[in-house]
Amino acid sequence: MRVEPQFLPSTEAVEPIRLLDEAGRLAPGAEAPLDPSRTLEALRFMMFGRAFDARCWSMQRQGRLGTFAPITGQEAAIMGSAMAADPARDWLVPQYRELPALLRHGYPVERVVLYRQGHPAGGFVPPGVRVMPYQVSLAAQLPHAVGIGWGMKLQAQSGVAMVYFGDGASSEGDFHESCNLAGIVDAPVIFLLQNNGWAISTPRSIQTAGSDIASRAPAYGFPGVSVDGNDLMAVYLVTAQAVERARQGGGPTLIEAHTYRMGAHTTADDPSRYVDPETEKGWARRDPILRVQRYLAQLGEWSEDRDAQWRKEIEADVDDAFERASRFPPPRASDLYEHVFDEVTPALARQRRWHLQEAAGGDEETG
Amino acid sequence: MAEMTMIEAIRSALRLEMERDERVIVMGEDVGQLGGVFRATDGLRQFFGPSRVVDTPLAESVIAGSALGLALTGLVPVIEIQFLGFAQNAYHQICQQLARSRYRTRGAQPAQITVRAPFGGNVRTPEFHSDSMESQFAQNTGLKIVMPASAPDAKGLLLQSIRDPDPVLFLEPLRGYRMISGEVPDGDYTVPFGALRTVREGSDVTLVAWSGSVPVAAEAAELLDAKGVSAHVVDLRTLVPLDEAGLVAALERTGRCVVVHEAPATAGFGAEVVALLQEQAFYSLEAPLRRVAAPDSHYPLPGVERDFVPGAGLVVRAALETLEA
Repeated sequence: MRVEPQFLPSTEAVEPIRLLDEAGRLAPGAEAPLDPSRTLEALRFMMFGRAFDARCWSMQRQGRLGTFAPITGQEAAIMGSAMAADPARDWLVPQYRELPALLRHGYPVERVVLYRQGHPAGGFVPPGVRVMPYQVSLAAQLPHAVGIGWGMKLQAQSGVAMVYFGDGASSEGDFHESCNLAGIVDAPVIFLLQNNGWAISTPRSIQTAGSDIASRAPAYGFPGVSVDGNDLMAVYLVTAQAVERARQGGGPTLIEAHTYRMGAHTTADDPSRYVDPETEKGWARRDPILRVQRYLAQLGEWSEDRDAQWRKEIEADVDDAFERASRFPPPRASDLYEHVFDEVTPALARQRRWHLQEAAGGDEETG
Repeated sequence: MAEMTMIEAIRSALRLEMERDERVIVMGEDVGQLGGVFRATDGLRQFFGPSRVVDTPLAESVIAGSALGLALTGLVPVIEIQFLGFAQNAYHQICQQLARSRYRTRGAQPAQITVRAPFGGNVRTPEFHSDSMESQFAQNTGLKIVMPASAPDAKGLLLQSIRDPDPVLFLEPLRGYRMISGEVPDGDYTVPFGALRTVREGSDVTLVAWSGSVPVAAEAAELLDAKGVSAHVVDLRTLVPLDEAGLVAALERTGRCVVVHEAPATAGFGAEVVALLQEQAFYSLEAPLRRVAAPDSHYPLPGVERDFVPGAGLVVRAALETLEA
C-alpha cells in the first residue's frame, strides 16, 4: 500500500473584519458596538495621540526631546482595543506605540513626556495603575503579559492582560514561547498585534512567508482573528469579545489589526528610503480618525465647529502635559544609584561615594 | 538539627517557604510530576497541588519572563532552570527584564523572583549542561547572585533568596547535590547576603572560593597542611552583593591569596576578586594575587572534564608559588 501522508495546507489569509468603511458608513445591518458617547471618548484619545505626536516631533527636531516612536495612523487599533479593557481590573502591557491606551488606563501623560525627555522618572508607574512601562526590546513584554494573565487566573481574579506588539515582534522567539505557554495554561491574555506594515524598513513580507499572523493562533490552541486596524468599531468589537471570553475562562486570543504606520518608525528614521509614496497616499484615505469623525457626523455628533473646538482643547491638554512634566526637578547623577537594588550593595555604595564626589565638584563650578 | 545532603536542604527550604507563604509558587521543566530531574522539588506537588508546583513547556525565556508578570500580580515565583547552561535562552529576560524592572520603574515594579539553576562539572553530563556562567550574570546589575557551598547555607540562603525583594540567581553546585552534606538546623532561619563564611582559619595563604569550588579549596588546605602550610579558606556565599570588607580582612590575615573557580579564567569572577583586593588591600599584599580557574577552552565532553575543572592539586601549586614569590 502506498502511504499518502497528509501535508497540512498553507493557511489562507482571512479577510479582516470591518464595520466602518472609509466614508464612515456602518456596514449594512451592523450595529455599532460603541454608543456615541463612548465613540467620542475614544476619538478624543485618538486625536490627543496624534496631536501629541505632532508636538513631540516638533520638539524632537528642536533638540528638546529624545527619540520616540509616533503612533500616527494607528489610533483606531490602539483605542478600539483599549476601550475594551477595564482599568480597574485589566492590565495593559505596551510595546511603544500605544500612548492613548496607556492614558485611558490611568498612566499619567507627564510621565511619557519625562520618558521622552530622557528623565529617569519617566518610567515610574503610580500605585494601582495596571500598566507596565514602554518596552523597547521587541516581544520581551509578551512573557510578562502571560504571567500577569496567568497570575490573575491563579488568584481567581477576573482581569485580563492586554499586550501590544507589532509585526516585527511576531518574528521574535518570545512571541512563540508566550503564545505557547498562554495556550497551555489558558491565560486570559489578549495578544494585540498591530500589523503596521513595517518594522523600520522591513516589510511584512520579510517577517513571514505565512499568509497572515492571526492564522498562527489555532496552532497554539486558541482563536485568532483578523481585523481592519483603521476601523475603531471593528477593533473594539473583536477585542470586547476576546476580553469577555478570557474573563469567562476561555483563554487567550490573537488579534491581528491591519493598520499602517503613517510616517517614520521613529524620529531617527527616514522612510523616504523605502516607502512608496503611492502606498502611503492610499493609506491616508483610510485615516482612522477621519473615519470616526465621518461616522459621528452622520449621527449629528460631529461638526467643523466641534472639530475646531476639540483641537483647541487638545492643544491646551498637550501644553498642560509638558507643563506638568516641567515641574519635576531635573534628573540628578544620584538617580543612577537609586532603585538598582532594594538596598544598595557595598560595591554600588562605594562607587556612588566616589562618583558623586566628582559630580559635587562639577556642580559647584557651574553654580 | 538533621544531617542532610544539599539537595535535601534545598527541598526542605522550598517546602518550608511554600507552607509559610501561600504566594510562593514553584515552576519549571519537570518540577511537578517528576519532582525535578535532581528531585529538588520532589513531593512538593503532593503537598501544594499543580497550581503551585507547575510543570512548564521547555521554554526558558517565557519561564523567566512570565515570572515577572506573576510577581506583578502579587505571587512570589521560584523558577527552576534545569541546567544553568540553558539559562542563556532566558538571558535577556533574567538580566535585562527581571534585573532592571525595579530600576526602570523607579521602584514601582520590583521583581521578587528566585531563579534556581544547577551548574558545574565533573558529573559526566552531556554537552551544554555544566558551564559555570556566574560572571556573565554578575555583569548585569540588579540581579543578586547566591552560590551556596554547604547544606545549612543552601537552606538558609534559599529562604533568604525567596524573601528578598530583588531577583536572585540561586546557583546550586551539581556535584554537591548529594556529595555535600551537613547538619542543617530545623525550622525557619535565613543566612544573610553579603557575609562570607570562614571555612577554615589559617595564617600563610588565603584561599577564596564559592559553590562547588569550596570543597576543592578545603581539600587543597588539607594537602597544604601536610606540607606545613596553613591555609585560610573563605566561601563567598554571594557574589552580588559581595562581602568586600570580609574579603579584605581575609586577605589581610595572610597577605597572600589564591582565588578558585570553575569558569574559564578570562573575565571570570576571580578577576573581580583580585581587582578588588589590589585596589583595597594593595599594601597588605606579600605576593601577586593568583587565580586558579578552568582554561579558556570549552566545557569538554566527560573524557577530559577532570582536566578542565580545577582540582585541589592546582590550588596547592598556586598557593606554594605565592609563598615562594
